[in-house]
Amino acid sequence: MTPKYESHEYDVLIIGAGGAGLRAAIEALAHGARVAVVCKSLLGKAHTVMAEGGLAAAMGNVDKADDWKTHFRDTMRGGKLLNNWRMAQLHAQEAPDRARELEQWGALFDRTDSGDIMQRAFGGHTYKRLCHVGDRTGLEMIRTLQDRGVQMGFDVFMECTITRLLKDGDRVAGAFGYWRESGRFVIFRAKAIVISTGGIGKCWKITSNSWECTGDGMALAYRAGAELLDMEFVQFHPTGMVWPPGVQGILVTEAVRGEGGILRNKDGERFMQKYDPKRMELSTRDVVARSIYTEVREGRGSPHGGAFLDISHKPAEYVKRKLPSMYHQFKELADVDITKGPMEVGPTCHYVMGGIRVEAETGQSSIAGLFAAGEAAAGLHGANRLGGNSLSDLLVFGRRAGLAAAEHAKKTTAPAVDQGQIDEAERELLAPFERPEGDSPYQIHHDLQETMQTLVGIFRNEDDLKKALAELEGLKERAKRMRVEGSRLFNPGWHLSQDVRNMLIVSEACTHAALARKESRGAHSRLDFPKTEEEWGRKNHVIVDRSGEMTLFEVPRPEIPDELKQLLAEEAVAAK
Amino acid sequence: MAEATMRIFRGEGETGKHVDYVVPLVPGMVVLDAVHSVQAHQAPDLAVRWNCKAGKCGSCSAEVNGRPRLMCKTRMDDLPLDQPVTISPLKTFPLIKDLATDVSWNYRVNKKIPPFQPRPGVEWKMYQRDVDRVQEFRKCIECFLCQDVCHVLRDHGKKDDFGGPRFFVRTASLEMHPLDGADRVPLLKKTLGIGFCNITKCCTEVCPEEIHITDNAIIPLKERVVDEFYDPLAKLWRKIRGAKTA
Ligand SMILES: Cc1cc2nc3c(=O)[nH]c(=O)nc-3n(C[C@H](O)[C@H](O)[C@H](O)COP(=O)(O)OP(=O)(O)OC[C@H]3O[C@@H](n4cnc5c(N)ncnc54)[C@H](O)[C@@H]3O)c2cc1C
Ligand code: SF4
Ligand code: SF4
Ligand code: FES
Repeated sequence: MTPKYESHEYDVLIIGAGGAGLRAAIEALAHGARVAVVCKSLLGKAHTVMAEGGLAAAMGNVDKADDWKTHFRDTMRGGKLLNNWRMAQLHAQEAPDRARELEQWGALFDRTDSGDIMQRAFGGHTYKRLCHVGDRTGLEMIRTLQDRGVQMGFDVFMECTITRLLKDGDRVAGAFGYWRESGRFVIFRAKAIVISTGGIGKCWKITSNSWECTGDGMALAYRAGAELLDMEFVQFHPTGMVWPPGVQGILVTEAVRGEGGILRNKDGERFMQKYDPKRMELSTRDVVARSIYTEVREGRGSPHGGAFLDISHKPAEYVKRKLPSMYHQFKELADVDITKGPMEVGPTCHYVMGGIRVEAETGQSSIAGLFAAGEAAAGLHGANRLGGNSLSDLLVFGRRAGLAAAEHAKKTTAPAVDQGQIDEAERELLAPFERPEGDSPYQIHHDLQETMQTLVGIFRNEDDLKKALAELEGLKERAKRMRVEGSRLFNPGWHLSQDVRNMLIVSEACTHAALARKESRGAHSRLDFPKTEEEWGRKNHVIVDRSGEMTLFEVPRPEIPDELKQLLAEEAVAAK
Repeated sequence: MAEATMRIFRGEGETGKHVDYVVPLVPGMVVLDAVHSVQAHQAPDLAVRWNCKAGKCGSCSAEVNGRPRLMCKTRMDDLPLDQPVTISPLKTFPLIKDLATDVSWNYRVNKKIPPFQPRPGVEWKMYQRDVDRVQEFRKCIECFLCQDVCHVLRDHGKKDDFGGPRFFVRTASLEMHPLDGADRVPLLKKTLGIGFCNITKCCTEVCPEEIHITDNAIIPLKERVVDEFYDPLAKLWRKIRGAKTA
């Protein structure tokens, strides 16, 4: 390799330092691998830090009747049976151990009277199941994992962006990236790579996601030839802030409803009665989001185009203790005291169920040596994710991917890195500086968000989706001529130019898959195909790059074994 | 349309100056929105850190009109807009570019603190009343505003001898963990130099998480140092009563 670049060699390279990446790193280290973790922000700032409500694990600390079987059933039903059953099973079975492990590493969850981890109710979960710390569970989780990893000795490359995976024939060989601070290039050679880069929310205008959620990992994997799965399924969280404009999209945790919050329209009607009388506010997110959207569309919305969410019937002290950051968020950003009156809320783009297609047990993608976990991977959540099932997903499958990557590294020889691929990655990164004119990445990003927001939102139809594809073509052309100003030193415009390329790939994948699925299921609602069709419940969409063409095909959903089918058919014992 | 002038520091390494940018005001706008507006329309290479835009990640720290704050939690309409809003990078840390500073020193200090070590054979039971005060410390979002404002670091540059308020908070969260068995008191005295703190409380004033850094973390830790080094009887007493609840 040329000495022109800074270069490093590891057994396992982990791209992403959210919950999934950190948990993977810890496991790979525990199995003797040399591990590097790369992330775009400072350590401890990944999107996971924002998670509020809790992590789902059937520990039965509050509702004794809870067990993995009920959690499995809730997850599969929430995902409208499109989930990978094996992932849902492993997740439900292993989540309690993963939660306890966090406690043993120093995490401090809220407690029950008997001194155990406290659990709260959440949409779609039959029992009180979410382990939490007030409304800052993600912070507790990321700090615990980060401290554990640092203590065990992983190398962290913070504020470093990976722009391309390198391959040696059919297997991964490493990754190419740059330091955000200096703009200098860096090459990682690795026997195994885990992608844990999180979601794609920044493709939409109204989103709860941080700037990092630009689908990098999915785009990296796709460009390296890996398969993406279920990309049509994007979750719109029912409750984001809607007013004032500056805060639009910021999440209002589902814990508000978990703690007893009530939704009303402008006439004071508790409208969930019409849409899901049984579960009411604690129905699944897809249902609640569509209900709010429908109320607004039919003229019964709140003044700024949302619904009212009210928790003020609970004692003020209780609200401040259980939902402290919501209390402050509304007080400081919207001049609303949530202990005294309702919040205004509306849907916000929140989570992607789709992602890199992986094997259930190992997180292995369709490329040798390439693994994925967390929001970047697909399968566990099917057509709709239940709240709290992401944090547990990160732990269960982060651990599994880290383990499998370490084992894989033991069995393989050091890969060779190809200079041609490096040169190409470098050219691609520098090209936007060299163009005399062209659109700014900010402008293209803005236009992309408009397209996705208006045409690939909560409700979809064929005309909109086709129009979206046409607009995406135009945006891709403009992106080829994108221009950035300034130097390579900490230059956000340049950084965004890389993110934009990735966002265009995942947006196109999402739109293609949404157009192809001619039914409504979970988070995917087609106005022109409003029914859920049994036929469609038996297949998933895969997207792959075939000689430069984005290609979509159907694969049969893995067949659920009989004993689990039985489980799905049963009713849970009513919560005590 | 109403407008505001943002006077933002631009520069690299040792050099730089404040530059004025006029931005349109939007209801409910926070300072970070105004900076983003400058970035999108006037200065695409303006360096600034942020992640959550909701006061949860501690990335967007800067000095707004001379006061260390989170830009995403500072409302424009709370500032006097008849004059420019001055935004400068944190002074205590070396400048990288514009509003981004090199905070890596903090990560190095953190590494020196022994992690959580459960006492051998503990039963994993904890009660809310015992975890309450530790949970206060664990709210820390590592914005480093307290580090920025503390005069021991800011004016006296004692980065080699002093850990700073953030790491007293962190040490307190471990020392007061109901099940922890490690002893970090010698570390507090020697490596983290807690004696340099003269309880001015400036750190507590800027903490966006409203952690009572001085009263709840630093003062009890100082007492432990005194007990351990100068009053062995008190230390013994603490051990008998159970080190972690004292
Ligand atoms: C406001 C909010 C609240 C939430 N609350 C909950 C909750 O209560 N319960 C729950 O279960 N889920 C919740 N979620 C969802 C959950 O937080 C996320 O799905 C989850 O944290 C994703 O974790 P991750 O490890 O997959 O990725 P992330 O935490 O998103 O981390 C991604 C990492 O990848 C890095 N990265 C990305 N691209 C690159 C690149 N090109 N090069 C190098 N590094 C890269 C990033 O820097 C980052 O470190 C919430 C989400 C939001 C937005
Ligand atoms: S109280 Fe101590 S730590 Fe806090 S700012 Fe003053 S001197 Fe620094
Ligand atoms: S203690 Fe407060 S001010 Fe200091 S880093 Fe933590 S959150 Fe910021
Ligand atoms: S952007 Fe996260 S605290 Fe301001």
